[in-house]
Amino acid sequence: MALLEARGVNVVYEPSRGQRIWSVRDVDLTLEQGEFVGLVGESGCGKTTLGYALTRMLRPPARLESGVITFDGTDISSLTGERLRRQRRNGFALVLQSGMNALNPVRSIGRQFGDVLKAHARSGDDLSADGIRRRGTALLESVRLDAGMLGRFPHELSGGMRQRVSIAQAVMATIKDLQRERGFTAVLISHDLGTVLEATDRVMVMYAGRIVEDQPSAVMAHGLHHPYTEALLSCYGDPRADEVRIGGIPGTPPDLSLPNTGCSFEPRCPLAEDICRTADPPLAALEPGRAACHVRARAGHVEMEAGSVR
Amino acid sequence: MTIITTAVPPPEAPGSAVRVPGGAAGPVPGPLRFIGRALRTLWSNGKARTGMIILGLIILVAVFAPLIAPHSPTATSFTPYQGPSGTNLLGTTGNGQDVFSQLIFGARVSLIVGLIAGGLATLVAVTFGLISGYRPGLVDEVLGFVTNLALVIPALPLMIILAAYLQNRSVWTIVLVVAFTGWATGARVIRSQTVTLRTREFVTSAAFSGERLFRVVFREILPNMTSLVAASFFSAATAAVLAEASLEFLGLGNPATVSWGTILYAAEQQNALLTGQWLMVLAPGLAIVLLMVSFTLINFGVDALSNPRLREK
Amino acid sequence: MSVDYDTATINPALAVSGVSKTYRVRGRDRKTVTAVDDVSFTIPPGAAVGLVGASGSGKSTLAKMITGSERPSAGEIRYGDTSVGRLHAGGLRRLHHQVQMVFQDPYGALNPLHTVEYTVTRPVQNFLGLSAAQARDRVSELLETVGLTPASQFAPKLPHQLSGGQRQRVLIARALGSEPALIVADEPVSMLDVSLRAGVLKLLADLRRQRGLSLLYITHDLLSARLVTDEILVLNSGRIVEQGPTKQVLQHPTHSYTIQLLNAVPNPFAATAKDGK
Repeated sequence: MALLEARGVNVVYEPSRGQRIWSVRDVDLTLEQGEFVGLVGESGCGKTTLGYALTRMLRPPARLESGVITFDGTDISSLTGERLRRQRRNGFALVLQSGMNALNPVRSIGRQFGDVLKAHARSGDDLSADGIRRRGTALLESVRLDAGMLGRFPHELSGGMRQRVSIAQAVMATIKDLQRERGFTAVLISHDLGTVLEATDRVMVMYAGRIVEDQPSAVMAHGLHHPYTEALLSCYGDPRADEVRIGGIPGTPPDLSLPNTGCSFEPRCPLAEDICRTADPPLAALEPGRAACHVRARAGHVEMEAGSVR
Repeated sequence: MTIITTAVPPPEAPGSAVRVPGGAAGPVPGPLRFIGRALRTLWSNGKARTGMIILGLIILVAVFAPLIAPHSPTATSFTPYQGPSGTNLLGTTGNGQDVFSQLIFGARVSLIVGLIAGGLATLVAVTFGLISGYRPGLVDEVLGFVTNLALVIPALPLMIILAAYLQNRSVWTIVLVVAFTGWATGARVIRSQTVTLRTREFVTSAAFSGERLFRVVFREILPNMTSLVAASFFSAATAAVLAEASLEFLGLGNPATVSWGTILYAAEQQNALLTGQWLMVLAPGLAIVLLMVSFTLINFGVDALSNPRLREK
Repeated sequence: MSVDYDTATINPALAVSGVSKTYRVRGRDRKTVTAVDDVSFTIPPGAAVGLVGASGSGKSTLAKMITGSERPSAGEIRYGDTSVGRLHAGGLRRLHHQVQMVFQDPYGALNPLHTVEYTVTRPVQNFLGLSAAQARDRVSELLETVGLTPASQFAPKLPHQLSGGQRQRVLIARALGSEPALIVADEPVSMLDVSLRAGVLKLLADLRRQRGLSLLYITHDLLSARLVTDEILVLNSGRIVEQGPTKQVLQHPTHSYTIQLLNAVPNPFAATAKDGK
């Protein structure tokens, strides 16, 4: 059984009276136990909103307008209050984007760990000061931080991390190791397709609130893909090459407060045809995964030719 | 080494996903339009709206006092020490004056002192706060010391001493005394905010754009503190209303003034509570509280004022 | 465009000689932190030099010293005849006529209450002594130059009504307002979505070519450095560990730190060759 299943998820955001913005549109996805999945898209595509929706962390003025979310067999889309909190306690955790903002600046790391451990405590847990300190130390060591940081405050941490050349890669490596050790499922939400492809098993690309492609990471760099994915890939390059070229995508994403007819990417798409203006492409098979593109649907599969890089 | 873009970026329409699509905004609106929009913003907040209604009513009462009050507030034409009656809704003072009419006319003094003393205190607070926040070093240390001094000295005793010492007893004395003791809290808060804003990149960029100190402080930093200044003003005005009433009540004002505080002073003098004239105490007390509450309620809506969307369209 | 850009006039070289910056850290342990350690390099007129390093390498501190926002603890920075470290208010303002900065955070570097027109007009008005009408025309030109066309549509907009890429273009237009000779760009694209970077980088490269501007490009991302610069300096813990022509340094790095930086560049096409999935 899949760990997480989402069907027909729609999230609407109403910042003021009379304004409705459809941040997540008709999303279907499945997460299997033990996967490391990336959810990639640019500013405003709805990836963070989707992440919040799946973990039931949406706050007004955003709300889950429709859709069913099943976690480990239980329908969590309509849970509220204590039952939801219990589900969160045992089920899933959300690691937020801005580290500095997610930590309370006036409490030490150790105390904040203590708060979390107490909130998620199960019967039999050692909640004494010593027990919490021991667990806090174990947690720090598992992410390769010095145990002495328990007594420090968030603003004192960054100094130690300064010497890392790429914090993103360090974090990704840590998540992967932990995943191998403990077997949890992870969803990485990011705007950086390049970094995500290096670390994950599978990637879902979002555009204008929809999932437009869903493929194993191994096949993303070659062959045919959704034109948006291909455009994103073209924005990366190897600085060591003799000739370096990168692309950009002109134009801007569509206004999500308006209803859309046809494919949302059509105005910026180099492959656009007439049908793209009138019919919204469904997420159809583009073996081994799926893509929402009329033109690619004809091919039906990612054509993996050796050395073909788009 | 080449860069290739797929096309020249076309004229881009704003608004994507979660951002509210704005229409074309006009040039920066003049102060009048800004005030109009500020009022509308305040109005959209429930608490602030209630506060504005109450304040509006009090202002109306003050402005149309001669039409609303049944009698002259100072005329000593009635039987003194009377309880409420048909002619004198709230009774009469020891001098035979109608308390109700005094209550109506008293709104003027409380409003004037509240708004003007509050305004003056805020002006001083903004000046001190901006200057000391923007320029670290000696200036900040000196102004900081003065502010802390003003904060530490108990306000009421200081007011009492000042009011008692100053020969000229008038409403304006009260205004000055209240303003003089009420600026320090605002100065502290505004200084903190200035320190935060001064390190913001758009302030540093202003220096790169060749802006001089005056413009940086008044055109870059201050406009981003509108909410805070407004909040300081309403807090100061609230305190000023209470302070004025207190001073009048203690007899440190001009006894000839008609204000809510002097009604209370008279009530104290004639032992109103003992003689059963409790309305004479309750009514002005309630009025003072009502005015202060209206300012406080408006303060709840003031956060939205610093929102740049106010300047749209 | 009918405006005459005389690039032959003032465009001196920037010379950084033996510059260091140390800070005394307040707090329990009285340490001295060396942010920049004995750095020397020059930017000849019209050159594009990259300063690369991870966060904490000292590149931002160096940028601040070059633009006069901080004073070096040791060494000297000369821009033409001027010693930048000794300037005060008036001198700094004159310096900013020549040396401008494009900041990293397009939203933070714009006053949220000011329109695009106001923001770009300030340097034009402060440095160029134009009449109001001339200034307005110049601002329109600048907006079109950076790709915000039609200018009349963008001039009245407020920052929150623009996308990230558009805001960054406003920053560039503002930097050009004083007609500078040297632009210091501090991570100008790192806060932009990848699809917007090519456009902004191309703009910077084009402007440099068309106007003979010198460019100091500061970044941790070697890909964009490769696209924009002719020469790079690799900075680690405040010291230059490697320098040379960009292509050569990136194709034949000699220092381990440079190699680490190269490995940090996300490259989806190399990813599939890696093991462990």
